[in-house]
Amino acid sequence: MEITQKEVEHVAKLARLDIGEDEKGTFARQLSAVLTYMDQLKEVETAGVEPTTTVLPAVNVFRDDVVRPSLPREQALANAPEQSEGFFSVPRILEDR
Amino acid sequence: MPYEVVIGLEVHAQLLTASKLFCGCSTAFGAAANTQTCPVCLGMPGVLPVINGKAVEFAIRTGLALNCTVAPMNRFARKNYFYPDLPKGYQISQYELPICEHGWLEIGHNGTPKRVRIRRAHLEEDAGKNLHQGIAGASHVDLNRAGTPLLEIVTEPDMRTPDEAIAYLKMLRDILVYLEVCDGNMEEGSLRCEPNLSLRPVGSPTLGTKVELKNINSFKYAKAAMEYEIKRQTKVLDEGGTLVQETRLWNPEKKETAPMRSKEEAHDYRYFPDPDLVPLHISKEWIEQIRGTLRELLDARKNRLKEQFGLSDYSVDVLASDKKFLEYFEKCAAEDKSGLSKIEVGKELANCITIEFRGLARKMNSRAGFEQSNTPLPLRHPDSSEYGEIWQGTLIPAKNLMELVAMKLRGEISGPIYKAVLEEMFFSRGKTASEIIEAKGLTQVSDEGSLEKFIDEVIAKNPQQVEQYRGGKEAVYGFFVGQVMKASGGKANPAKVNELLKRKLTQ
Repeated sequence: MEITQKEVEHVAKLARLDIGEDEKGTFARQLSAVLTYMDQLKEVETAGVEPTTTVLPAVNVFRDDVVRPSLPREQALANAPEQSEGFFSVPRILEDR
Repeated sequence: MPYEVVIGLEVHAQLLTASKLFCGCSTAFGAAANTQTCPVCLGMPGVLPVINGKAVEFAIRTGLALNCTVAPMNRFARKNYFYPDLPKGYQISQYELPICEHGWLEIGHNGTPKRVRIRRAHLEEDAGKNLHQGIAGASHVDLNRAGTPLLEIVTEPDMRTPDEAIAYLKMLRDILVYLEVCDGNMEEGSLRCEPNLSLRPVGSPTLGTKVELKNINSFKYAKAAMEYEIKRQTKVLDEGGTLVQETRLWNPEKKETAPMRSKEEAHDYRYFPDPDLVPLHISKEWIEQIRGTLRELLDARKNRLKEQFGLSDYSVDVLASDKKFLEYFEKCAAEDKSGLSKIEVGKELANCITIEFRGLARKMNSRAGFEQSNTPLPLRHPDSSEYGEIWQGTLIPAKNLMELVAMKLRGEISGPIYKAVLEEMFFSRGKTASEIIEAKGLTQVSDEGSLEKFIDEVIAKNPQQVEQYRGGKEAVYGFFVGQVMKASGGKANPAKVNELLKRKLTQ
C-alpha cells in the first residue's frame, strides 16, 4: 500500500509532529513498506479466529470503588510548563465559548 | 416547503462512583482545582489503568433498565485527539463493542406512547475542565474531572419535535436518578445532552444534514437550542442554501447557536484497542445478579413508602409495580398542603389511585371498546392515548387530585360526592374539584335547617326502623345515615348529619 507525502503530512499534523520537508519522503517510503507488509498479513486465512485484544492471559481485572489519596497539587503541577492559581495554564483556547 | 424535524440525543451521564474510572482519585464535585489527580489520570508515562468495577456494574444496571442487550465481550479503545483538558492525548472509551446496545425507552409525550430506540450506551472517561473567563491571554485547566466515569447513551434519530426530545431526556434522567447511578444534575454537568438535529422534506426517506448542539446545561436551554436550530435550518433550506454538518454551541445570552470552530482537522480519532486494559467479560450470572440489585432498589423504595405513608402491602405492591404509578403517587403526595398527617393522606391517596382509579379505568376502557386487562392497575389500555396522560398527570394534575382527597379527608365532601367528582375529573379533563362541585351544585349542605328537613322526612317514612333503633337495635343506625345522604343527593355534611340524627332519634 502506497502512502503519499500528503498523507504523511496529515498524520503528522494529527499527531502534532513537526517533521522536516526532507523527512517526509523517507517516512512515506517507510510507512508504505509497513503497510505493504500488513497487506501481506491480510492474506492469512483468519476465518474463525478470535481477534487478539491482548497478549495477557488475564480478563476482568477490577479495582474496588475506593478513594485513594491524590497527589498534592504542587506535585500534580510540578511538570507543567506554565501554571497559575493552582491551574495548568495553557495558550488561550479559542474554540470554546 | 414543509419539513420534518429529526432529532437524536447523545447523553453523557456521570456515574455516581466514589472514585474515578481507572484510578482511585475522588470524583467529588467542587474540590479545589487539581487536588484530585494522580499519575494515572494525569497521563504520566508508565502508569497502568485498572477499571472500577462499580462503574461497570452501574453501566450494566442502566443498560438493563433501558432494555438493552449487555455485551458479553467488552474492550476499551483509545480515541486519539489533542486538547488541553486531555492529558494522555487520548480518551479511553469503547468503540466497536459498547457495553450496552439495542435498547429502548417508551416516552408518553402528549399521551401517545412512543418508543425511542437506544442505539448504544458505552463507558468512557471524562476530560478535565477548561476555564477562560477573566484570564488574559491564557486558558486554565483543572484536571479533577479527568477520568471520571461517564456512560454515553445514544439514541437512534427517533424524535420528531423538541418536546419529544425533552420528554425522553426527562424520562432518562428520572431513570438514572432512580437507579442511583447518576445524580442527574444538569447545571453541574453530571448530565450533559447533545441533540443532533436535521430537517428533511416531509415524506423523504433519507436523513438531512445534521447539526450537533452543545453547551446545553438545562432542559430549558435544550428546548430553546433545538427550536432555534429548526428555525435557522428551515430558513437556510427555504432560501435554497445548503447546510453543513457541524457542531454548534448554544449561546444562552444571545439565545442562538453558533458554529464551534473545529477541534480537529478532521474527525479522525484513530481508534484502536487500548493495550493497557484487559478484556472485560460479562457473564450471564453477573447480569442476573445486577438484575437482582434492581429489585433491591425497588424494595427499598417500597419500604420507604410503607414507613412514610403507612401504606398497606397491597397498595405498595400495586404502586411499585410500575415506576409511573409510583411517581404519580409521589407527585400527588408532594402537593399536599392539607396539614393532615402523612399517613392519613397517603392512605386515602393510595386508595384513590389503586382502587377508585381502577373502577374508573374499567369504565373508560369499556367505553372505548378496549378489552379489560388483568394487570393490577389497568387504567385504560396501553395503546390508548389517555393511558400516558393519567400517569403523567395531564389527565388529572397531581395538585387537583390532592385537593379532592384533602376535601374528603377534612369531611368537606361525603363519600358519594367524592366519587362523583373524581369521575367527573377523569372524564372532563383538567377541571378541578372545586370547579366541578360549584358547577354541579354539589356544595355540601351543613345548615341545620335543611338537614333537619331531610332527617325528619326519613324518620317519618320509616317508623318501623325507628322503633327498632329505639328498642336497642343500634345496627339500624347506618340505614338512617344512608337514607339521609340519599335524600340530600349525597350533599349532606356527614358529621352534621351524625350529630343531628342521633339527637332526633333519641328524642
